[in-house]
Amino acid sequence: MPLDHATQTPASDTPAADTLTDEARRQIEICNACRYCEGYCSVFPAITRQRAFADGDITQLANLCHNCRGCYYACQYTEPHEFAINLPKALAEARAESWERFAWPGFLAGPFHRSGVAIAVALIVGLAALFWAAQALKPDGGEGFYAILSHTMMITIFTPAFLLPLLAIFVGLRAYWKEVGGEPVSLAHLKAAFVDAAKLKNLSGGAAEGCNFEKGDRFTNVRRWHHQAVMYGFLLCFASTGSATLMHYLFDMPAPYGLFSLPKLLGIPGGLLLTLGGLGMAVLKTRGEKDLGAPALWGGEMAFVLLLSFTGGSGLALYAATGTAAVPVLLPLHLGAVLTFFLLTPYSKMVHGFFRLAALVRDAQQKS
Amino acid sequence: MLGRTARRRRETLSEITNKVWDVVVVGGGNAALCAAIEAAEAGCRVIILEGAPKTYRGGNSRHTRNFRCMHQGPLSVLTDSYEEDEYFNDLLLVTKGNTDEDLARLAIRTSEDCLPWMEAHGVRFQPSLSGTLSLGRTNAFFLGGGKALVNAYYNTAADLGVEVVYEAQVKHVEIEGGRFQAVDVEIAGAAPCRVEGRAIVLASGGFQGDIDWLARAWGPAARNFLIRGTPYNRGVVLKDMLDQGADSVGDPTQCHAVAIDGRAPKFDGGIVTRLDCVPFSVVVNKDGERFYDEGEDVWPKRYAIWGRLVAAQPDQVAYSIIDAKSSTLFMPSVFPAVQSDTLEGLAEQMGLPAARVRETVDAFNAACREGDFHPTELDGLATEGVEPQKTNWARPITEPPFYGYSLRPGVTFTYLGLKVDETARVTMEGQKLENVWAAGEIMAGSILGEGYLAGFGMTIGTVFGRIAGQEAAKGATRGVNSNAA
Repeated sequence: MPLDHATQTPASDTPAADTLTDEARRQIEICNACRYCEGYCSVFPAITRQRAFADGDITQLANLCHNCRGCYYACQYTEPHEFAINLPKALAEARAESWERFAWPGFLAGPFHRSGVAIAVALIVGLAALFWAAQALKPDGGEGFYAILSHTMMITIFTPAFLLPLLAIFVGLRAYWKEVGGEPVSLAHLKAAFVDAAKLKNLSGGAAEGCNFEKGDRFTNVRRWHHQAVMYGFLLCFASTGSATLMHYLFDMPAPYGLFSLPKLLGIPGGLLLTLGGLGMAVLKTRGEKDLGAPALWGGEMAFVLLLSFTGGSGLALYAATGTAAVPVLLPLHLGAVLTFFLLTPYSKMVHGFFRLAALVRDAQQKS
Repeated sequence: MLGRTARRRRETLSEITNKVWDVVVVGGGNAALCAAIEAAEAGCRVIILEGAPKTYRGGNSRHTRNFRCMHQGPLSVLTDSYEEDEYFNDLLLVTKGNTDEDLARLAIRTSEDCLPWMEAHGVRFQPSLSGTLSLGRTNAFFLGGGKALVNAYYNTAADLGVEVVYEAQVKHVEIEGGRFQAVDVEIAGAAPCRVEGRAIVLASGGFQGDIDWLARAWGPAARNFLIRGTPYNRGVVLKDMLDQGADSVGDPTQCHAVAIDGRAPKFDGGIVTRLDCVPFSVVVNKDGERFYDEGEDVWPKRYAIWGRLVAAQPDQVAYSIIDAKSSTLFMPSVFPAVQSDTLEGLAEQMGLPAARVRETVDAFNAACREGDFHPTELDGLATEGVEPQKTNWARPITEPPFYGYSLRPGVTFTYLGLKVDETARVTMEGQKLENVWAAGEIMAGSILGEGYLAGFGMTIGTVFGRIAGQEAAKGATRGVNSNAA
């Protein structure tokens, strides 16, 4: 898009004015004339690389922002100043709006992003579906879990429940990449993005050693560590399931697995990290300033983080209950949570991980 | 029935008025906080009386971005070295020698110890910002800017048990027999109350927020000045002290003033309202006439003189005009440029006499010569045969679209202040007051007679804030000290 660099507004062909994007653009133009926050995260150096910001640039910056809030508390132009800067909020809202725009099919995104109730209802439906499956399709034989729900039935339910959301996310990411003007991805870009994500560098506050969340303008790493716990916990759980799948199919080693098996060695610490990290995130969320994020999404985000925690916790409970009468209850409970989680991934807060990674890849491209 | 807030306020009020504080600090910016922290670390019970509400706390410090720091080798984010003599020479150049060498050298020498102290008290630094590479050796930039520094100091002060009262406007400093007794302070607009102390640090800034005072010093032109920083520096305490006979330093017309975007808010526009386009432009007044060499030097060095230049023009306004080829050579402005495909169209949009602007620009264009253009250094590309000459970066204004920005004088802070000695002690009729110290902009005129050096205000505030805090703590704990000096 041709941009007029001195007037700093897109010269033409912006689609119908989108107020969230416009508000983010207004604030970013002020930031670009100030630049005091360059050292906090990747957003500000990215801003200084440009003079004018097309809609796609705003989408990229919004997804690059990790909501560490350092810039808000440092800002000399926050309300009541007439410039009314609240960049974490403006970017959070533009970001959420972009996820809804890229969601496929789109109508599913709004309710689950915004409403904790919708997520709770989805969870109840997911649980009910699994209880029904366990009751109605009770297998004749099978060991352990498979005595309650056959392996075939689990695969029948979870393969599409896993692959369809991935397809939806892929469609969304492709649209994102087009909008932000992404180029072919190289290994170096991927490496840079994964390193940043692995360290959550953008929640580090740079030299400030942390972000501003639960203690106002004081810097702490508490949120970053909790997010790390959730992220690595989730990845360990995912690796646990993956390893079990491989063991089942490649090595003919079906569940149940003992304590010193790969699925358990990955899954137990993973489940603990996910559960505790998720609960921690939820508690932090009650302490952070609501208005420095997207207030309309607070409920959806809270429900989502609790769902994650519940998924991990029910998995641990299920393992602890091995061989007891609680298994027939706990298994559908856990699988129902997993099912809900998978299906909601493209339409809930979970999707942020994918877009953020894409934004980090794009940022690596723009830096090089 | 009392509302909760009102009851709370009454409790706070009685808590602060029914005791004698060791050190009362007036003001809530960098200098005040440095003083409060030093005094609290020395074991004093300290109260900060900040005139602004919490959201606007920190005076002009909240708009600052760096600290000019002497260093004999790489230090924190600072590269290379910046020694005392070079620093002092830089100061001599901008002040044209109008400084107090002893105090200036004290500030310069002490700045090196201050940087680690700042880090130890929560301030974080970052490499010099994009667009400010020329300052990477001399100035340490605060991560997040001055408000982040102010936040860090308020947190440190809170951890040390310093009491902070916002919206606390000190009206009068009670001095009897050369000794401070108490201050009269209005808290959140309530009736004045009396806060007693054993020592006081005055760090409440200059008077630029009081436009009437500026107008008395400058004449009515001052009513058109914009104030770049806090509206809360109205010089109430400064005036009270001067009225009581405190020795003053500096000229009431001297201040740090720059040319900023004419559309900036009256107060508190801060850094973003600066305009860096002047060297690449033709600057005319409201009659469409040029009045000064736009290309005299690289912009940061000339930044400070344009405030006075514009102040001297009719209606205290000027207009900087560039063409398409220069539109990306400077830092983005906060307000978009006025734009037109013709010079006349631009002039009309800006309310300038179009025909006269055309003549001025034509005359300027005709005086431009062929040559190499280097936007980042003095390129000697000068006009010939036009008055005033433009001595660098003189390229004809010919390529549409044309862009224009209005310029107004933007005052950062005034230099008229309290005279202090090397211990930051305030004097009255030549006699040292027993227990009164001053730091920051309220005494910066002792060192800055005129001109300005980027980041030096924070150096003065930090150095003298710390000295004042240490001295006040000593004064408070040893009790009455004679006027022996």
